[in-house]
Amino acid sequence: MNQPTPIVEIRNLNYAAGGRAIFKGLDLNIERGKVSAIMGPSGTGKTTLLRLITGQAVPDSGSVIVAGKEPSKLTRPELYALRRRMGMLFQNGALLTDLTVFENVAFPLREHTTLPERLIRQLVLTKLQAVGLRGAAGLMPGELSGGMGRRVALARSIVMDPEILIYDEPFAGLDPISMGVILRLIRRLNDALGLTSIVVSHDVLEISSVADMVFLLSGGKVVAGGSPHEMDLNASQIVRQFMGGLADGPVAFHYPAPDYFGELLGRDPEATQ
Amino acid sequence: MNQSRGLNLGTGLFVLLGFAALFFLTTQTTSRGLSLGGQPFYEVSAKFDNIGDLKVGSPVSMSGVEIGRVAKIDFDSKEYKAAVLMHIYTKYSQIPSDSDASINTQGLLGGKYISLSAGGAETYLKDKDRIDFTQSAFVLESLIGQMVANFAKSGGMSNNGAQANSGAAKTDAAPAAEKGK
Amino acid sequence: MKDLWNKILDSVITLGAMVRFLLRLIRETPRALLRVNLIIQQVFNAGALSLVIIMLSGLFVGMVLGLQGFQLLRRFGSEEALGTAAAIGLVKELGPVVTALLFAGRAGTALASELGLMRATDQLSAMEMMAVDPIQRVVVPRFLGGVIAMPLLAAIFSMIGIYGAQLIGVQIMGVDSGSFWSQMRASVGLVDINEGIVKSCVFGIACSAIAVYEGYHATPTAEGVGRATTRTVVTSAVVVLFLDYLITAAFL
Repeated sequence: MNQPTPIVEIRNLNYAAGGRAIFKGLDLNIERGKVSAIMGPSGTGKTTLLRLITGQAVPDSGSVIVAGKEPSKLTRPELYALRRRMGMLFQNGALLTDLTVFENVAFPLREHTTLPERLIRQLVLTKLQAVGLRGAAGLMPGELSGGMGRRVALARSIVMDPEILIYDEPFAGLDPISMGVILRLIRRLNDALGLTSIVVSHDVLEISSVADMVFLLSGGKVVAGGSPHEMDLNASQIVRQFMGGLADGPVAFHYPAPDYFGELLGRDPEATQ
Repeated sequence: MNQSRGLNLGTGLFVLLGFAALFFLTTQTTSRGLSLGGQPFYEVSAKFDNIGDLKVGSPVSMSGVEIGRVAKIDFDSKEYKAAVLMHIYTKYSQIPSDSDASINTQGLLGGKYISLSAGGAETYLKDKDRIDFTQSAFVLESLIGQMVANFAKSGGMSNNGAQANSGAAKTDAAPAAEKGK
Repeated sequence: MKDLWNKILDSVITLGAMVRFLLRLIRETPRALLRVNLIIQQVFNAGALSLVIIMLSGLFVGMVLGLQGFQLLRRFGSEEALGTAAAIGLVKELGPVVTALLFAGRAGTALASELGLMRATDQLSAMEMMAVDPIQRVVVPRFLGGVIAMPLLAAIFSMIGIYGAQLIGVQIMGVDSGSFWSQMRASVGLVDINEGIVKSCVFGIACSAIAVYEGYHATPTAEGVGRATTRTVVTSAVVVLFLDYLITAAFL
């Protein structure tokens, strides 16, 4: 059994922001060519993890290695060179509002290459076709629905043929049909283009249907990882609460508060006025 | 592409308008601007006991008509006088060489300028010539000083005006300026 | 008392941050100058679109100057000096300062809210992810657009203002047209025009830098953008008036 090096290796990561420790000794391996899902309760820092991978944030200690390089140690040109091998889909698409759909997808090509206009046109239309929006090339981002906007952003993120695709909450706020479309695209693009996909989401059922590996973050560490089937069989409390969408469990329902009856009856001196 | 043509046109017009405004301001509101081409001139110098607040660029006029500009003001440390260099426009080349130059005030409180009055010589001022007859500037403080002094001396009002006027114009202003402070 | 001290400290820190940001913008300018199209677009946004308000304001300010100036000078019997008064007042002070304040209000807020919105909708992060430096692509062109537009706008304001003063003074109040212009020409020097140009250039740099700084560093929420816009106007006004004093003193 040949284990190729993971394309993203995170070792003993520690990171704090706003006085709060977000990651405490986190270890994570993302394998090449697979769709990996990163899940966790709100506020566990899933987006922060992505930013550490792309080099937009720097770890306090520990290492983040992407495709053999550490983003936090690169110079700006080197970092930009690394980022050109990655594509990222933001939560709300993040299309440039003053450019048309076509121009948005063409943006990385125009900025980084000197390809002739003809070739750019072909590339852009091909990518738009892959996401099913070739006919919308002339529209402005403001005229698109949420799902369509996200698909255009997806086309934009693959136009430079990256090796890694990162999705930050791609299903947030979408109707079931749009969700299904994006799901299908994640899987198909990953296989057709030989990508590694990292999806941050908490739509458990949906993402489990297309992911190869699922990682659950909680309390600053990876508490469980494995294929969707393995996660189903995992008996740990936190995994069961998250996968089953249970209201109470290791992640408590009640925000910390003093004794309930005490507050109601005024026994708590601070509550009395 | 059409949109960017219109855009470029709009921006171009705006920039042109801006520069037109700048051009207008520099040429139509200042006196420098009018002689943009630079009228040809010849140099004439003169020495004064006191030039008051005559400035470089002040006009040189004759009979009220501007015939040149003050180009340079220096202090002559040998004769202890102010050496003024004037640029007279070439088209006024028939100024008698014994004309005198006096420093007058525009209006009551305006700036100083040099006024030339024609002499009777048959030769004319040429480039690098010197005007020998000069009258210094009329300094307000010295006039007031003189008036006060005369007033105190004679104790009356009748002759003071005339006396002070004829005396102050030709008097060196230094001691009076001291008195005025 | 401690609050006040903290506020002052914050202001100093912000000032330092703004100056460093400005230096970064200046450093990136040479390369950004190559993208002429981007800059032209921004000169249009900051300048051509502000023309209407600048010209209208210039006209009204000039007319008021003509009216007030006439009334004042008439007391000293020097109505013919109206041309001088209007020209000096506009070129040295009102032109640069009022234009800068209007610019901060119209173009400055537009810049700040545009950049703030791009920050809030992750467009700037997306650009960074696509390995495009947002400072070069988006911020510097907007900064340069403002810097180029300001002096031109101030000149236009002064020019229209002078004609406005002439409209009131000569056409309506009866000042002699010849005296109006000749006295002006005799008293206004290139030094005065230079002072006006220097002021409007400096104000242009200040207002544009403040606007793009606030927008770029806005908190990525709807109210964050609103706050950034308000701060742009307030900070620009204070800085412009302060610099006005400095430059006026320097030219004396």
